[in-house]
Amino acid sequence: MYSMSELENNRLIQTFAKLRQTGKKTLIPFLTAGYPDLPTTEALLIELEKQGVQICELGIPFSDPIADGPTIQTSYTEALSKGITSKKIFDMVEHYRQQDGKLALVAMVSYSIVFKRGVESYLSEAAKVGFDGIIIPDLPLEEAAELEPTARQHGLANVMLIAPTTPPERRIEIARHSRGFIYYISVAGITGERDRLPEETIQAVAQLREHTNTPICIGFGISNAETVKHVCQVADGAIVGSAIIHRITDAKDSPQDELVRKISQFVNELIEPIK
Amino acid sequence: MSALAQLEREYRAAMADEKFLSEFDRILREIAGRPSPMYFARRLTEYLGGAKIYLKREDLNYTGAHKINNTLGQALLTLRMGKKRVIAETGAGQHGVATAAAAAVFGLQCDIYMGTEDIRRQELNVFRMELLGARVIPVTTGQRTLKDACNEALRDWMGSVEYTHYILGSVVGPAPYPEMVREFQSCIGREARQQMLELEGRLPDLIIACVGGGSNAAGIFAPMIEDEQVKMVGVEAGGRSMRLGDHAASLVAGSPGVLHGARSYVLQDDEGQTAPVHSVSAGLDYPGVGPEHAYWKDTGRVTYTTCSDDEAINAFCLLSKIEGIIPALESAHAVAEAIKVAPKMKPDEIILINLSGRGDKDCAEVANILKKRKAQSGEKPNHDTEG
Repeated sequence: MYSMSELENNRLIQTFAKLRQTGKKTLIPFLTAGYPDLPTTEALLIELEKQGVQICELGIPFSDPIADGPTIQTSYTEALSKGITSKKIFDMVEHYRQQDGKLALVAMVSYSIVFKRGVESYLSEAAKVGFDGIIIPDLPLEEAAELEPTARQHGLANVMLIAPTTPPERRIEIARHSRGFIYYISVAGITGERDRLPEETIQAVAQLREHTNTPICIGFGISNAETVKHVCQVADGAIVGSAIIHRITDAKDSPQDELVRKISQFVNELIEPIK
Repeated sequence: MSALAQLEREYRAAMADEKFLSEFDRILREIAGRPSPMYFARRLTEYLGGAKIYLKREDLNYTGAHKINNTLGQALLTLRMGKKRVIAETGAGQHGVATAAAAAVFGLQCDIYMGTEDIRRQELNVFRMELLGARVIPVTTGQRTLKDACNEALRDWMGSVEYTHYILGSVVGPAPYPEMVREFQSCIGREARQQMLELEGRLPDLIIACVGGGSNAAGIFAPMIEDEQVKMVGVEAGGRSMRLGDHAASLVAGSPGVLHGARSYVLQDDEGQTAPVHSVSAGLDYPGVGPEHAYWKDTGRVTYTTCSDDEAINAFCLLSKIEGIIPALESAHAVAEAIKVAPKMKPDEIILINLSGRGDKDCAEVANILKKRKAQSGEKPNHDTEG
């Protein structure tokens, strides 16, 4: 077996260990880094922590995000048009850590971006500035498994995705290689808000539990407190993306404190049933 | 990703199945109209005064380009997989029309993703797709061209894979697409090889093909790649200039990167963000290129070069006037390269141009450009080329 020692002090892994001990579940909000701007993203991280959030996913804007729906793509396109780069995002995260920010941060980033910079360089820099995990949604199992030791060596948990269309034996393989948590995609296709969660998802997660101790979080299509509660009956956490981003889009022309207050209020609503 | 594993399995099984191959062969003959002719361009040869020039007439295939070879192959594979719906991306609309036709032939439901910028440029092809029973879905994200249509088709497929096959139109994207599309296009090179041997008793000295994603080039190069005496040139879209954003020359001006699940040469900025691309020809403006072309470039087997928008338009006009063949603007890029090199070659040398498509679809666009040229120069439009 491999050594997990490099990940012993990883915030993401520690957070889930504590949640398990106390029998709690978690809400993982998704934010597009730099949307509408980086100071607002940082202010949101600080505010979400106050609301009891422990883990946050930060999307690194990409020109061709094939796994994301229109809401997130639009936020990416707008952030990129304002000149957002990985370097600027890393600087923001570093600054957030200097302000004693304690959230476990997971970067969602396209392999196109990682490859361009160089895997080693990208992962080590992300870890150094204060990321705890990385999700590369466009990297298949075989290549993600190859990259995992490099991530681990730098103290980054390599989080992998399972889709409803993933065959059972492949799910188990992905579960075996995923670190931090397993990202279970609740519906086939792309991110976006949907009204309710399919029953198959609940069953699939229960089945996966039989093969792994790694925490399982469900994402894609979760948009209200009721669904968060529903999801957390079987999963360790619920990931909410598009529902938050569309609220940011609605509020992006208002002053920063008002936007932060609105998002904070919504996250507070979502987290309420699992507090 | 499991969709790709399934596709790879089915594709390998199909290629090992005599019945599948003979059925594919039959529909290539009966529907596409293969084999496509090998034409000696006598007047072009005389005009340029150098090497003998032959044209592989893919423009004479049904639906007007080489694209039909691949769509018929993949539609047949769709039937084999028991799926009822196909989707495709399209730039110029040629692949969309070829997909719509193949879907109609086999009674498959068909949705085509097309950028709104391309819909504007290719009105006639939009109508043809609709006439063939397909739904054309406008893509308004990103640059609103080919790569964005590709993104949308991939998104659709991720949610619909159980009953949908994605007919990707070029030798790009994740495995097994690059290999599969090349194989379905290899009829071009296999026929050309045989036709050249029959007509000239030998293989050509030089093959020229245009390269966007690279499917027509892969189709004509691959069956002769082992014939070392045959030089090969791929012509990319040089656009307005060689500044990033003004062209679509991934091999000539790009760098190694990852796009749409393939590692190849890509036009990206330093951050890995896909760069905007431009070409007068909608079918060439893709910011990546097939990984096999990257391999052929790196090994030196194939040389890649560019042709500007203006040179392509001149070649478009010249071939129309001198041979009575209106080429697609894509294929005009290959013709332009022949115009440059043929005069420097000996009369007993042979150039083979893959004339990948016909240019009816481009006439309105070219008419506009010629009108603008005329207005700018204040003279009558020059339909000849500088030669």
